[in-house]
Amino acid sequence: MKSVRFVAAVLFLVFALSASPVFAKDTIKIGAILGVTGPASFLGAPEAKTLEMLVEEINKKGGIKGKKIELIVKDSGASPEKAISFAKQLIEEDKVFAIIGPSTSGETMKIKNIAEEGKTILMSCAAAEAIVNPVAKYVFKTPQKDSYAVVKIFEQMKSMKLTKAGVLSSNSGFGNAGKGQIEKLAAEHGIQIVANEVYDKAATDLTAEVTKVKASGAEAIINWSIEPAQSIVIKNARQIGFKGPIFQSHGFGNIEYVKAAGDAAEGVIFPAGRLLVIDSLPKSNPQKAVLAKYKKDYEAKFKEDVSTFGGHAYDSLMILVKAIEKVGTDKEKVRTEIEHMKGFVGTGGIFNFSPEDHNGLAMDSFEMLTVKSGKFIVLQSSAKKKDAGTKKK
Amino acid sequence: MPLRKHFQIAALVAAVIAVQLAVTLSGNSHHLTQLTMSAYYSLVIVGLCLLIGYAGQISLGHAGFFAIGGYISGFLTTYNLLPYKDKAIVSIFAKTGLLVGRQDLYGGQALTFHPWTAGLIAVLATFVTALVIGGPVLKLKGHYLAMATLGFGIIVYRIVLGTEKLGAADGISDIPGFTLLPGLQVSGAAGLRIQNYYIAWGLVILSVTLLVNLVHSRIGRALRSIHGAEDAAQAMGIDTAGYKLKIFVLSAVLASIGGVFLTHYNGGIGPSEASIMKSVRYVAIVAIGGMANLWGALIMGFVLNFLSLRGYFGTYDDAVFGVILIVIMLFAPEGLITRSVFSNIRRLFGKAAPEAEV
Amino acid sequence: MNTQLFFQYIVAGVTYGTIYAIVAIGFNIIYNATGIINFAQGEFVMLGGMIAASLSGFMPLPSAILAAVIITMIIGALIEMIFIRWLDRPSVLRLIIITIGISIIIREAALFIWGEGVKALPYFTGTSVTVISIGDVHLSPQVLWSTGISAIMVIGLNLFFNYTLPGRQMRACSSNRNAARLCGINTKNMVTLSFILSAGIGALGGCVVSPMTYVQYDSGTGLAIKGFTVAILGGLGNSMAAVAAGMLLGILESFSIWIMPTAYKDVISISILLGMLFIKPSGLFGSAEAARLKDF
Repeated sequence: MKSVRFVAAVLFLVFALSASPVFAKDTIKIGAILGVTGPASFLGAPEAKTLEMLVEEINKKGGIKGKKIELIVKDSGASPEKAISFAKQLIEEDKVFAIIGPSTSGETMKIKNIAEEGKTILMSCAAAEAIVNPVAKYVFKTPQKDSYAVVKIFEQMKSMKLTKAGVLSSNSGFGNAGKGQIEKLAAEHGIQIVANEVYDKAATDLTAEVTKVKASGAEAIINWSIEPAQSIVIKNARQIGFKGPIFQSHGFGNIEYVKAAGDAAEGVIFPAGRLLVIDSLPKSNPQKAVLAKYKKDYEAKFKEDVSTFGGHAYDSLMILVKAIEKVGTDKEKVRTEIEHMKGFVGTGGIFNFSPEDHNGLAMDSFEMLTVKSGKFIVLQSSAKKKDAGTKKK
Repeated sequence: MPLRKHFQIAALVAAVIAVQLAVTLSGNSHHLTQLTMSAYYSLVIVGLCLLIGYAGQISLGHAGFFAIGGYISGFLTTYNLLPYKDKAIVSIFAKTGLLVGRQDLYGGQALTFHPWTAGLIAVLATFVTALVIGGPVLKLKGHYLAMATLGFGIIVYRIVLGTEKLGAADGISDIPGFTLLPGLQVSGAAGLRIQNYYIAWGLVILSVTLLVNLVHSRIGRALRSIHGAEDAAQAMGIDTAGYKLKIFVLSAVLASIGGVFLTHYNGGIGPSEASIMKSVRYVAIVAIGGMANLWGALIMGFVLNFLSLRGYFGTYDDAVFGVILIVIMLFAPEGLITRSVFSNIRRLFGKAAPEAEV
Repeated sequence: MNTQLFFQYIVAGVTYGTIYAIVAIGFNIIYNATGIINFAQGEFVMLGGMIAASLSGFMPLPSAILAAVIITMIIGALIEMIFIRWLDRPSVLRLIIITIGISIIIREAALFIWGEGVKALPYFTGTSVTVISIGDVHLSPQVLWSTGISAIMVIGLNLFFNYTLPGRQMRACSSNRNAARLCGINTKNMVTLSFILSAGIGALGGCVVSPMTYVQYDSGTGLAIKGFTVAILGGLGNSMAAVAAGMLLGILESFSIWIMPTAYKDVISISILLGMLFIKPSGLFGSAEAARLKDF
């Protein structure tokens, strides 16, 4: 009878799936919810690769205090509903020690409460200020604050005597957040927003959008996005003859975007973590060693350029590891330890946590970079630039 | 066959209860989360099955209705009206008990719509939308109909993605639970898991009962005649346009109810719920279950959503759907759990002739 | 808005428009021969761009493009032979779902092979900043390439369908399949040929536009939707109309940015499509007879 078959099929399926996984004793389970495929794949894929690489390396050396790390990566495809389902799964079923990720702010906000209620440490790789403001006990984030990036851009503009900004942001969470910060901070920094357009992150051509911005009399363009489409903005802006400087966000932190923009990327200015300009760091810079090793290992293993996005996952994991090494595997102790961690050298900067600051990075975690001959270099201060007589395109 | 129909529904109820007991007793009550979420998606799927399978109208935009329900309900229950409480319309709402004052997550005070009000407005909005676009859309056929429904889905997606008040790309978060009745709350809180499981599946059972009755009634037969030969049905005096519209609206309303409840259960919603891939996935599940097979759609919907939500397919989630879809459409277009498959198997063992289609 | 701004918007619109038109032409070819709307058309464009980009590392650009087009044509033929050829009078619904399934599989295969990164071909002439300027109106030479190649494709197709034997046979199939079969035309091969042609055109289009934009494993879906919109706008089956409709839609989108928040650009194009479907489904240039859906 059909209904009997139905019942039998259902029961069988549920029992089959109910089988608990074999418990490997004495491992530290760390879960990760990342957007490995889907609209956030340029975030999630490097993040997942970084985690796998690090966990393998740590386990080869015997793990943390003798316990190996068991990494469970779940691909949420940047869907909040999957993130919610995986979060509950990781916390309740797999009983993970901590969760790294998600890659996007939208997902993080959806599982912030779940992590709090489940008393599980969440090390987010997403950038929204709302993740750590208001502070939730168990939720931390490793990317730098958007507002710092915005302020650095404004300060650079002022030093170049520019006040009129044309803003283009992508319609992703990162783009929206940046746009919000720009709008909030413009007035107090003496910057006037003369154009403010949102473009589709999957757009194929943005000539009309940049035309509108150019027509508004903008002296500089601020292009806030984390997706490949930002390169199209740069190309189109130069093609229609926009001569002012183009500022990007720290979402430009991947050399692939420079390649995609070709010659047009020359002279673009943006704030970013120092991972991209390791060679120009003086030996005395505390981050140099950490960054150099990460870059070398990642590029050797995956044959692709390192990006600041993968770096957020690096920081998330290594902060956890350091805390566990210090106080052992008691969740509460580790949480408190992270909250009081100072001077942690990560890829994003030097972290100084506190109970009020669950992000730990300050404005100096950003360096102003520019693109020259298709490579990232540190932007020389404007005084020096004037002396060198370099022309801005 | 009334007796058979009742038996099927009773079997469903029994299965639902059995699964819950099995899962809780074996200590795996966390499975209930995904089981509950699958239930709400199944609401969309059974409604869609009625539309595609029985009424023969394809819709590639049903995720749009789900999203309208979820977003409106989510927005109304989180948008803080406290700053506006002196405006006339807000005080009218407050006086008629439509609003509720509560503590928001960060300790501040908030004045938002009561979940019941919000939910009803959401479903009503979907009802009206479906009614309005259904008329012109259902006049189209084949590829044009597919394109029109796809277009509708895209418009909804673009609107929720592009509107800041609706959270743009981040969606809406911190949506409070929905207190159905005192003591019965739709929310993701861990303690209310079993309760929520029954609420969700209860809704599904109600809907399936309704649809099964529909299918076996005059309306169902009219639908099947429309699917089979629309012109002939029209000639026989059946109001084809009217029936198609009614079913379209019904399936839209079911989808939006699923949206409202799941949003409150999850505590949030994002634009991904309105995406084309979601709509395609719903259609795929209906196709896999057997176009005109309510039970097949229900089973497949539950199984595939459950596995997907548990990350069973990992990174290749979409690929798995694609492959299953192609395999079924090529080899078993009537679906897997159908009479013809079973009767073919029976025939293989030399038993009686295939049963007649009911 | 001054004249130069006006023309710059037109140029922008034409840029988008050619991209859409190329995809639409691909849709029309298969539709004409078979009555099938191939939802996987966008993936052909994506494959062309991706394969060419991968090959351009080892061979000069023109060879890479040629190779990419040929490989995609072979893929198109394989798809038709594996999935479509042996179907026995499938319903429209089933076909739609099958082609959707095919597009999903191609997309996931591309993800598996190339990963999630983006690829782009180098500009055919010059670099990303070379422009041709007329007064204050600028356009990249790649736009001329893309418009030029679309024009050549349309003319080529016209010649093919009117003056060559296979072309005329395909037209025969499309007007009356049974009659064509009675005349000894192998209709099954015609279907395969139409897929091959569509795949080749899509791939060439992908190569031509990828310097301006970029290709990624999932760029196919968005293109397919826009292409489909344009095909219906012009009238299903009519390739010249598709080009005109593509330009029109591109220009409308471009000007819409002037008036509305850019976030809603897509809403405009889809609303236009829906309006078209409700009022005149045969499209701007189509006839009511052509609008009656063909049988496969």
